[in-house]
Amino acid sequence: MSQMPQPPQLSACPTCTEPPQAGDRYCDQCGADLTVASALAAEAALSAEAIADRSDARGNLQEARGDLPEAPRANGAAWSTHPGPEPDGYEPDGHEPDDYELAAPASGGYGQVADPRAAAALGAPEAPFGAPEAPQVPQVPQVPQASQAPLGAPEPPGGTGGHPETNASTHTSAASSTGSGTGPGTGADPRLPGGEHRLRCAACQEGTIDQDGYCERCGHAQARERDHMESELDGVAAASDRGLRHHRNEDAFSVSASALPDGAPVVVAVVCDGVSSATRPDEASAAAALAASQALGASLPRGAHPQQAMNEAIIAAADAVNSLALDTGAAAPRHEGQRHQNAPACTIVSAVVTSDILTIGWIGDSRAYWVPDDRTTPPARLTEDDSWAAQMVAAGLMSEAEAYADERAHAITGWLGADAYELEPHTASYKPDRPGVVVVCTDGLWNYAESAEQMARAVPPDARSRPLNSAQVLVGHALDGGGHDNVTVAIVPFPAAPGRAGSA
Amino acid sequence: MAHFSTPDAPRFSVEVYQNACLPEGGREVNAIITVTSSAGGGATAGPPIPGPAHEPIPAYEGVLGGYEDAPGASGRGCSPRAAVVIMVDCSGSMDYPATKMRHARDATAAAIDTVRDGVAFSVVAGTHKAVEVFPGDGQLAIADPLNRARAKEALRSLSPGGGTAIGTWLLQADLLLGSTDAAIRHGILLTDGRNEHEEPQRLRAVLDACAGRFTCDARGVGTDWEVEEVTGIAAALLGTADIVADPAGLTADFTRMMETAMGKEVADVSLRLWTPKGAEVAYVKQVAPTVEDLTARRVEAGPRAGDYPTGSWGDESRDYHLCVRVPAAEVGQEMLAARISLVRPVPDGVGSPPSSLARGLVRAVWTSDLAASTAMNPQVAHYTGQAELAQAIKQGMNARKSGDTEQATAKLGRAVQLAAASGNEDTAKLLAKVVDVLDVAAGTVRLKAKVAEADEMTLETRSTKTVRVKK
Repeated sequence: MSQMPQPPQLSACPTCTEPPQAGDRYCDQCGADLTVASALAAEAALSAEAIADRSDARGNLQEARGDLPEAPRANGAAWSTHPGPEPDGYEPDGHEPDDYELAAPASGGYGQVADPRAAAALGAPEAPFGAPEAPQVPQVPQVPQASQAPLGAPEPPGGTGGHPETNASTHTSAASSTGSGTGPGTGADPRLPGGEHRLRCAACQEGTIDQDGYCERCGHAQARERDHMESELDGVAAASDRGLRHHRNEDAFSVSASALPDGAPVVVAVVCDGVSSATRPDEASAAAALAASQALGASLPRGAHPQQAMNEAIIAAADAVNSLALDTGAAAPRHEGQRHQNAPACTIVSAVVTSDILTIGWIGDSRAYWVPDDRTTPPARLTEDDSWAAQMVAAGLMSEAEAYADERAHAITGWLGADAYELEPHTASYKPDRPGVVVVCTDGLWNYAESAEQMARAVPPDARSRPLNSAQVLVGHALDGGGHDNVTVAIVPFPAAPGRAGSA
Repeated sequence: MAHFSTPDAPRFSVEVYQNACLPEGGREVNAIITVTSSAGGGATAGPPIPGPAHEPIPAYEGVLGGYEDAPGASGRGCSPRAAVVIMVDCSGSMDYPATKMRHARDATAAAIDTVRDGVAFSVVAGTHKAVEVFPGDGQLAIADPLNRARAKEALRSLSPGGGTAIGTWLLQADLLLGSTDAAIRHGILLTDGRNEHEEPQRLRAVLDACAGRFTCDARGVGTDWEVEEVTGIAAALLGTADIVADPAGLTADFTRMMETAMGKEVADVSLRLWTPKGAEVAYVKQVAPTVEDLTARRVEAGPRAGDYPTGSWGDESRDYHLCVRVPAAEVGQEMLAARISLVRPVPDGVGSPPSSLARGLVRAVWTSDLAASTAMNPQVAHYTGQAELAQAIKQGMNARKSGDTEQATAKLGRAVQLAAASGNEDTAKLLAKVVDVLDVAAGTVRLKAKVAEADEMTLETRSTKTVRVKK
C-alpha cells in the first residue's frame, strides 16, 4: 500500500516561479505554500482507481443524503430502559447469569425512535431475539479467524515496521496511511512524517523539533500524541485523528477486553467527542473515555448486567467530566443563570460486546452502527442522536432530510458536563444473529457516512478479522471526505472471540 | 559565611497574551509579553546584611582597599555587585536661580545616602568637560558610612560655571564604570540645559558607544533643557527620563531613582526572539511602563533569532508588544510564530550560550471560525491604544510648536480620547493642562492659549508612560 509519500518536488513555485529548494514547505522567494501545489500534484499522481473510489464514495454520500427515508418510528430492535434483571429473559446457552429482556419487538422502552433497519440487520424481525431461534447466534469456534490474518498483526500499511500492538496502550502512530484512500492526504499532511524517528520537521523536512513540539526552522506544530492515536487489542481496535481542519484532537477513545465471571470474553469500546464550544474539550473527552472504560472494566467481570453497567459507566464518565469544571479554580462566581457556562463537555458512545449480546450506551451525537459480515443483509444504526435534528425528526416536525439540512442540525441536546441539564444515558441491548462488527464513532466519521448503508460500504469486508485496519480505513474515509472534524472510530467484532480476552 | 558563591538570581516569568487564531490566509500575529522578575532572595529586600560576627567594616582607605567583606559582593570575593555614577550638571546656568545648584547638591547628597553598603559609586560634575568630584583618580569608592560622608563633603566643591557637553560626562562615567567588574553598572544624569557645547552627532556617537555598557536614568531640572535630548539619553541607555520642573523636587526624585538602581539584581538581560523561517518581525516594543520601540535594537543571535536589550532588572514587571508576520498555512495548522526567552550572558562564560531565564510561546492557529479569528485580545488592543496615545501626543505637540493648530487639535483630541478610554489618568491630567477638553468621548478639544512651559515639557517627557490593562 502507499508508503508515506513525499510531496512531489515542484520545479517552480506556482506563484512566483522561483525554483524551490528540496523539502521547502514555503517558497523562499514569495512565501507561497508549496505543499498545496505539491498535494495537488500528488493527487494527480494517484492511481485512477483510488480517485474513482473516492469520487464514488462522495457521490454515494450525496445520493444517500437525498433519499433518506421517512423518519423511523418503529423500534424493531428491542431495548430496555431499565436494564434490571427480568425473570423471563433470554437464556442463550444456559449459563447466562442474568436475564435480559431483549425480545420486545415494539417501540423503544422510553420513547426513543431507532432505525427500524436495526431490527432487520440484527436478526429476522419476525423472529425476535427472545424466540427459540437463538441458535442463530454464531458458533464461536466457527469464526474463521485462524485462517485469516491474525488479529495481532494487522500489517499497518503505513510501514512503521509492523509492530503489532497487542496491548491497550494508545500510541501515536507515526504513519497513519490507511490504504489507498489516504495517499494524497499524507503528502500535504505535516503530522505524518515518513519514519519512526521524528527527528526532522514533518512540514519542512529540514528543521529539528524543539522541546515544545514545534519545528525550530519553520515553526510548524508537530504531531502530538493525540493528533493520531491507534490502539488494538485482540478483538477490538480503534483509531482517532485530528482531521484536517482542526488544530487539535478533542476526541478520545478507550478499548479494553476482559472476562465475565464465567470466563466468557467481553470487549468494551468507548468513544467521546469533546464539545468545542466549551473549555478544555480535549480534557473532557479523555476523562470521560477513561472513566467509562474503568467503570465497565470493574463491573463487568463482577457479573454486572451489561445494560446496568453501561448506565453506571456513563454516569461515572459524567462525574469525571463534571469534576473538571471544578478544577478551573478561582473563576469568578457566576450568576445562577450562567453557571458552568463554559464547563468542559463531551459526548459519549460505548459498546460492550460479549459472545452473544451487544450493548450500546450513549449521550450526544456520537454513534454506533452494526455492519454484518454478510453484506447482503442490512446494516443498522444503533443509536439515536441527542441532537436538534434528531429531536425535530422524532417529534415529527421535520423530515430527516430537512432537519439535517438545517444549520442547527448538529447542535447537541445531550452531553456530559457540569452544565448538562439532566443526565439521561441511553442504553440498548441487541442480540445479533450473525457475525459482524460494531462501528463506534464520532460525527467526524459519520458526517462522511451517515446512513447505515453508507457506513457499511465504507467498512472493509474483513473488518471483523482486521479491526485496526478497518478503523484506519474509516479514518481515511473521513479525511478523504475533507476531514472537517476530529475523527474517531472503534471497531468491535461480534461475537467477542473467546480465548483472546484478558490480554489487557 | 555570608559570601554567596552565586548570588540568588531573581526569578523571571514570561506570560503571553494573544489571540492565536488567524483567518485563512492570515499572517499577522500580535502578542503582549509580560515579563516579571521577582526577588530571588538576594539583596533586594533591603540593604545587604554584613556578614555576621565579622570584623568591623574595614577602615576607610580612600580607594579600592579592603572591602573584601563587602556585603553583596559576588563569589569572586572582592567585586562589588553594583556600581553607580552620579553626573550633576554644574554649568553656569545652574546658578539661575541659585537655588537650583543648592537643590542639585542636596539631591545628590540624598542619593549618596541611598547607596547601599558595598556598592561602588562616584560623583562627576558636568560642564563642557567632566570633573571627578569623588573619589577621584578615575576610581570608584565603595559605599560605607565613612565614604558616604566624604562624598557629601566633596559636594561642597560643586559650583556653577562653564558650558554643557553631556557626551563628555557619559564618557567619563563609562571610564569609571569600566574600572569595575560590577554586574550592574548604572548612571544617574542631571541636566538643566541644552547640550550646547557639543555637536548632536557627538552625543549620538557617545550614546551608541555606551549602549549596553551601562544603564542610565536622565533628569531634566527646570525648563531650559531639551526633551528629546534627555529622553534620548534614557532610551539609548535603557533608563528612565523625567522632568523635575521644580528644583525642590530633586531630592525626592534622586532618592527614588537611587533606590530603584539599588534594587536591580541582574544586568544585561535581553529579550531573545525566535521566529520561524519566512517570518518577519514587524516590531518589538516595550509598552509598559513606557512605550519604547526596540525593533531597531535587534542584535542577531543565531539562526532566525535576535536579541533585544532590556537592561537591568530588579523586582519589576514590563510588557512588550510583539508583532510578527508569519507565512500563512492551511486552516487547521498550528505554527509557532515566535518563541520569547529572557537571556543573560553567562558570567565568565565567554563563548558559552547565554542562560535562559524564562520562556514563552506565541502561536498561530489557522481556523475557518471567523468569530475566533476576528476577536482581538484585550491586552493587545489596550497596548495598541497606548502606543497610539504616545504617538498622538508627540505629533500633536510637534504640530502645536510648528503652529499647525488644526493638526495639533486633532491629534491632542485623539490623545484625550485614548487616555480616557484606557484609564490612563496621569496622561489625561497632563493633557488637560495643554488643551481644554470639550468632549472626552468624542475627543473634542481646544488648544489652550497659554500653557506653562513646565506643563508642556512634562506632557512631552511623560507621553510614553502607559497604564496596564484594568484587570
